[in-house]
Amino acid sequence: MRDHITQLTYLAATALFILSLKWMSHPSTARRGVFAGVAAMLGAVAGTLLHADIVSFKWIGIAAVLGVAAGVPLSMVALTAVPQRTALSHAFGGLAAGLVGTAEYYLWLRDPAYVPTKFAMTALILEIILGFLTCTGSLFAAAKLQEIKWVPQRPVTYKFQNVTNLGLFALAILLGVLLIIWPEASWSPFVFPVIILLALAFGILLIIPIGGADMPTVISILNSYAGLSAVAMGFVLNNKLLITAGALDGASGLILSIIMCRAMNRSFFNVLFGAFGQVKASTAAGDQKTAKSATTEDAALILENAQKVVVVPGYGMAVAQAQHRVRDLYEQLSKKGIDVKFAIHPVAGRMPGHMNVLLAEAEIPYDRLVEMENINPELPQTDVALVIGANDVVNPAARHDKSSPIYGMPIIDVDKCRTVLAIKRSMKPGFAGIDNELYVADNTLMVFGDAKVVVGDIVKQVSGQSGMH
Amino acid sequence: MSTSALLLAATTNATVDLWPMAFVFLLATFIGIEVIRNVSRLLHTPLMSLTNAISAIAIVGAIIITGKQTTTWSTVLGSIAVFASMTNIVSGFLITDRMLKMFKKREPSKAQ
Repeated sequence: MRDHITQLTYLAATALFILSLKWMSHPSTARRGVFAGVAAMLGAVAGTLLHADIVSFKWIGIAAVLGVAAGVPLSMVALTAVPQRTALSHAFGGLAAGLVGTAEYYLWLRDPAYVPTKFAMTALILEIILGFLTCTGSLFAAAKLQEIKWVPQRPVTYKFQNVTNLGLFALAILLGVLLIIWPEASWSPFVFPVIILLALAFGILLIIPIGGADMPTVISILNSYAGLSAVAMGFVLNNKLLITAGALDGASGLILSIIMCRAMNRSFFNVLFGAFGQVKASTAAGDQKTAKSATTEDAALILENAQKVVVVPGYGMAVAQAQHRVRDLYEQLSKKGIDVKFAIHPVAGRMPGHMNVLLAEAEIPYDRLVEMENINPELPQTDVALVIGANDVVNPAARHDKSSPIYGMPIIDVDKCRTVLAIKRSMKPGFAGIDNELYVADNTLMVFGDAKVVVGDIVKQVSGQSGMH
Repeated sequence: MSTSALLLAATTNATVDLWPMAFVFLLATFIGIEVIRNVSRLLHTPLMSLTNAISAIAIVGAIIITGKQTTTWSTVLGSIAVFASMTNIVSGFLITDRMLKMFKKREPSKAQ
């Protein structure tokens, strides 16, 4: 009877998880999706607590209370820190799967009557490899995103890097296969920790060559791995709820990774093993040309005289925390009857959808946020494009310069607007040291300075001048 | 080992359910892909934090390992896993809701 109740709660939880993701299709229903998810999780936990094997609730309770205590502050981080929080929670997910797998293996070993099937053993090996590599990989990614001092931000590459990494991974798989064939051999209990260590090391090595602009893809891939490790746990424990919920998470990570890769015109393999950041800076033909710079007064005047303005935010806006000033500008310009839209490149920022969340936080209505594919046809009729801290995603070289490392990447065609205003701290080339010919184009004016200060100044000019009319 | 361990071994034997589980996995993946394809691009960040919380369903396995209290080690590992999963559940759902509350349609300042 108990077991039927448990299975019933699992069944209901599966349905609610699917609905939860379904309701994420639109902002108007999305919050309902969260409630469905919470209900599903409560049901699943309650159903599990009925499990006949549970003899004591003491440690479950203590760990759960501590988990709540750690989870609440983690949910209150600034929205610019959401990428690192996400990476950190992937690490926790991977850790949980890895530890459960480890515990399960040693429980099997203790029990002479039980010989795990090859299938169960395969699932277990996959669970711990995926779990532990996700754990260290995500931790390292979180440290990079948090810009912790001793962690190198730039991609680090060395000779035979891919050979070493893949070699380690292959070794882990090989040892795993040995364990699958001889799960009860006398050396098995010693090989198991070696596999764990290899998976932990591989996670870190995988992230070392990854640069900031690749983070959206890598976070998505790790998201997928965290889900798949839960699936593997489901196969080990013969638990279908783990399989369904893990598969939903895995599918989500997979789709996000595909979207991110497409937005950069690169393959999974290329992102993980391409060491993009080390591509040599190409000496573009635009070298001799110099950029024209403008003051915030000029910029304000140009914006005021426009009818249609498209703002292109990038990671620089997040770093400068300029989103609230951008909202002020949006309001001032909208008041004057100027049509202001925001063009969002899928890989702008450090995780999928990063810009949308920051702009939503600044209370910019979400129907003003337009995806790249939908904004590009409008750009030739746009008076001013205001580029705030975006770089590679607006570099026209991606369209025509075959020697450029970003050639073929879909971009926001701001160069087709009548005037481009680009706010940037300096002329220093961005990620991968690629020169951006947009900055030296005839219709581009550079406004140098911190994005928050510059946009704040422009807002003052715009609102001040409106008072004089 | 005691008879309870034998019983346990019998109930956790995975071969019996291999094919049904593979079907469940396949179907869930396809449903996931279809459902997630329709998620608004606006919401990709909240989507990821929501799926984070959902994948913390690993807590189910962690609870069983911890609650069994077979050995000190398994209880310790299980407890850490319960802690990690619980952290993800709480922070994942809370931050998703916090972000979603921010997505407003039009001119919130003039809303009333």
